[in-house]
Amino acid sequence: MTVTERQQRAYVDAQAADARVNVELETDEGMTLNIGPQHPATHGTLRVVAKLDGEQVVWADVVPGYMHRGYEKLAEVRTFPQVTTLVNRIDWLGSFANEVPFILAAEQLMEVEAPARARHIRTILFEMARVANIVLFLGDLGAQLGAVTPVFYAFRDREHVLDQIEAVTGGRFHPNFDRIGGLKDDLPKGWIADTKAVMERIRAFCHQVEELLFGNEIFEARTRGVGVVPAEVGLSYGLSGASIRGSGVDWDLRRDGGVTGLAHGDVDWKVWTHPDGDSFARCWVRLQETREATKIVDQLCDGLPGGPIMAKVPRIIKVPEGEAYVETENPLGAMGYYVVSRGDLGPFRVKIRSASFSNVSILPWLLRGVYMPDIITILASMYFILGDIDR
Amino acid sequence: MTAAVGTLAIELAYWQQTALRTVGVLVAVLIPAGTLVYVFLFKMMSFMQSRLGPMEAGPYGSMQLLAEVGKWIQKEDIIPWRADHRLFALAPYVVVTSVFLILLAVPFGPDAWFADLDVGIFWVLAVSSISVLGILIAGWASANKYSLLGGLRAAGQLIAYELPMVLAVVGVVIQAGTLNLQGIVAAQHSGEIFGFGGIGNPFILTQIIGFFIFLVATQAELTQAPFDMPIAESELVSGYMTEYSGMRFLLFFIAEFASAGAFAAVAATLFLGGWALPGVDLDADYMNVVGPLVLLTKMMLVAFLVFWARFTYPRFREDQLQQLAWKILIPLSLVNILATMALKVMF
Repeated sequence: MTVTERQQRAYVDAQAADARVNVELETDEGMTLNIGPQHPATHGTLRVVAKLDGEQVVWADVVPGYMHRGYEKLAEVRTFPQVTTLVNRIDWLGSFANEVPFILAAEQLMEVEAPARARHIRTILFEMARVANIVLFLGDLGAQLGAVTPVFYAFRDREHVLDQIEAVTGGRFHPNFDRIGGLKDDLPKGWIADTKAVMERIRAFCHQVEELLFGNEIFEARTRGVGVVPAEVGLSYGLSGASIRGSGVDWDLRRDGGVTGLAHGDVDWKVWTHPDGDSFARCWVRLQETREATKIVDQLCDGLPGGPIMAKVPRIIKVPEGEAYVETENPLGAMGYYVVSRGDLGPFRVKIRSASFSNVSILPWLLRGVYMPDIITILASMYFILGDIDR
Repeated sequence: MTAAVGTLAIELAYWQQTALRTVGVLVAVLIPAGTLVYVFLFKMMSFMQSRLGPMEAGPYGSMQLLAEVGKWIQKEDIIPWRADHRLFALAPYVVVTSVFLILLAVPFGPDAWFADLDVGIFWVLAVSSISVLGILIAGWASANKYSLLGGLRAAGQLIAYELPMVLAVVGVVIQAGTLNLQGIVAAQHSGEIFGFGGIGNPFILTQIIGFFIFLVATQAELTQAPFDMPIAESELVSGYMTEYSGMRFLLFFIAEFASAGAFAAVAATLFLGGWALPGVDLDADYMNVVGPLVLLTKMMLVAFLVFWARFTYPRFREDQLQQLAWKILIPLSLVNILATMALKVMF
């Protein structure tokens, strides 16, 4: 029997394939597993490199940057009003919230203040961006843990929020609506009643998710005690938002940030914390925050002041020389813009501090020693948006 | 079904019978699989998730399955360069074969079955393990780390859940006094509950614990949520199926749903009275036609429970799943066996 060249090659290939897998399995460091950049759990292009011993993570590292779009540099060659259209795309699920801190920083430099009505509507849209963002998180949480159904409910109910945002701004995802000194337009007719109905719907959704997921024994078994972040460790890694409030740190920039230009001080709301610091705590805090956000929107809709929606600003905006840093409590956590102006039409330098980038920086510490399925739970509960990491 | 030809008094050569049996088993595997995919995966899942599901292909989207199959057949057959080509190609067939072998022993009517095996249920449980082999082969031969993890998880899981499944069946076997599936159907038909024989004795009434253990084990054997770690799409991409595409993926897909149908049929036979209905004559010829329909209906009822859980629950972690099997299900089924034995001796 003669062996053809093709057979010989196939044999060598098969042996080589075995050998390659074996080499990686038999080294002392265990198997290196690349989770991402293309992987369903990273909803985007995050890459987590994990060394596994069986299914246990020995060592893990996060490699961001696969979606870097250079917004800080791009902002330097745009005028101030044009920058909002860029930063819309940082945290794409809660777009409007990205515009707010930048506009506030510019307002601070120009020493203008938006009228009361503009501040109220701005806050309403800010909180609706939070609702749109976290509703999707609550649904996606189920999908990450293997429950396929909640994510559809999330998309269904988020659509109503997006409809309302679209009715005001004309954009479902990228409103580009915030202006230095106020807003582009006033609210359309009948919008307030519709919005209140939508907020009621979102509260119903929160209840549904609480029943479906948070009360589920498997969900609790998967999340309780998994990925525990002690408060001091979380603070030292620069965690913010619900990720740090889940560790019991009572810190919310909406209340503690001293931000002018938003109307959170005018309404009655509560900062939720959870003492446990595990994945369940982080998810639970986000659920409560969504409810709180709908209440803020309701109250603001009720007490909407009259008056103009735009302060007096020049047609061509030149921002005087100076530096300003404004940080707000965005859906994902603290988001800040450090804006340096040299008196030109556009900013000289913009530094963007985004929440997700700091939040994922704890992952190498947090993932050490956990099991492979817990990686997914932890990634889901830290809740990052890839655009917010890479910018 | 093909054996029913015998009652029509037609003499068939052995090869003709074999050909008919082959066609019959294909029908028995593919029709329930297709029905399950359409009714549960396409429609029930959609309604649970407040959407319509496929609506365009045919009335109410009923031809969608044909479209999907056509699509898969057309797709390029990709084998990764580093994969072990022969094993990679073999694996889907091994998995599908196991489903065919399960259905071999399941009776659809008084004469409508493929093989009259005295060890019926023993055979079913034995051949159902063959699919593990196919999954392990697929996981290893793909030369993909996700596949490997998925394959190993599947092996660990399926072996762990074989035990509660077998132990759950033992209770039924004790009550029926036979391993033969036809005998189990007859035992349920002629049985009595505390002297009342109006509806026979479907073993779900006396073996309710066994029934639920069997269902949970079935869910795990089918690697469906909440036990879908081997293919956990958010962790392992698609587990052992990651590298498969086109026709080979279709085979895995058919195997998944056909085995859901097969296990549901076995559960219906063991616990719900199989193809028989209370009050009918078990030897009647028309039951060869009505029987398969009755079994299909009961099978759909069981499958409904399986898929309901699938679309509702999040998935367990690997260690939690093993704990459930070893610490809860197996002791529970052992207690169930003891209780059944004691009651059998007493009455």
